[in-house]
Amino acid sequence: MTVQQKIFALTIGAGLFLVIIELVRRRKLAEEYSFIWLLTGFGIIALILWYDLLEWLTRLIGAKTPTTTLFIFGFVFLILINLYFSLKITKLASQVKDLAQKLAISEKADR
Amino acid sequence: MEIDNLIVIIPAYNEAGRIATTIAGIRKFGNADIIVVDDGSDDSTASEARAAGARVIELPFNLGYGAALQTGFKYALNRGYEFAVQMDADGQHDPLSIEALTSPVLKDEVDVVIGSRFLDKGNYKAPFVRRMGMYFFGIITSVLTGRRITDPTSGFQALNKKVMEFYASDAYPADYPDADVIIMLHRQGFRFKEVPVIMHNAAKRSMHGGILKPMYYIFKMMLSIFVTLLRKE
Repeated sequence: MTVQQKIFALTIGAGLFLVIIELVRRRKLAEEYSFIWLLTGFGIIALILWYDLLEWLTRLIGAKTPTTTLFIFGFVFLILINLYFSLKITKLASQVKDLAQKLAISEKADR
Repeated sequence: MEIDNLIVIIPAYNEAGRIATTIAGIRKFGNADIIVVDDGSDDSTASEARAAGARVIELPFNLGYGAALQTGFKYALNRGYEFAVQMDADGQHDPLSIEALTSPVLKDEVDVVIGSRFLDKGNYKAPFVRRMGMYFFGIITSVLTGRRITDPTSGFQALNKKVMEFYASDAYPADYPDADVIIMLHRQGFRFKEVPVIMHNAAKRSMHGGILKPMYYIFKMMLSIFVTLLRKE
């Protein structure tokens, strides 16, 4: 990995970290959801600073270059986080339905 | 004790078989109004609480401890109560301590009183890991608030209207209000103190059981304390 690549990746990792902390501070993002993003930022920084780990991972999954490893893990991460949000949305939709029904029933009962 | 503007708020999640005893314990001590916030229980918590003579708010689904408790504060403010006691439904918090807990708030010496199981040598025994966690956050809270806090995880508190209004705001955590709330209270300039209370070992499973949950809990609490310090309030 060239120095340029490292600086670029480190900037992204550190930037992500700071943005997440700032969002939590402003209460735009709940601590609960910050967990996975902070872990991502941390993962990026760890892989850059600890290049041996990246090379080991590359050999482990049988990829040719470390860049491929980064792309694969990035892609898998995006799939997983989408799945996680789908689960959350399903739960939220069901809760909204329950709320709407409950509210409608109790309003009708009042009249 | 006869205070008509005091309400006891009890968040309850699946506490059938325990909630009635808890309510009877409070009744024995005084005639304070009791509101049970049933946090989407699957069992007969709500009906048992009603049968025991408490008023009950039933949340349509489980919102978490902090959100259930906050529902109680919003209800209390709505009904014009001046003082509130928050306590657990599972019998861990002894109603005998309510008087000691409320008196400094009623006398307007402080805004919040936190019941500590460690100030006096009580009979409370927590598992080792949990005790270490309490000790660890106790130290952090003590350093950040500049006074000795022995039991930052205590959910046995008495508070006045000003604090109820703060607890009813968005700043209050929906999952587990804890050491971070004490630090917020300090930074908001509220007066608070700990008093020794009696706590028993709860019979049921802890909400921080397992391995991943305590890890997440520690992470969440550290982050929450950290961002609390970053906020200018």
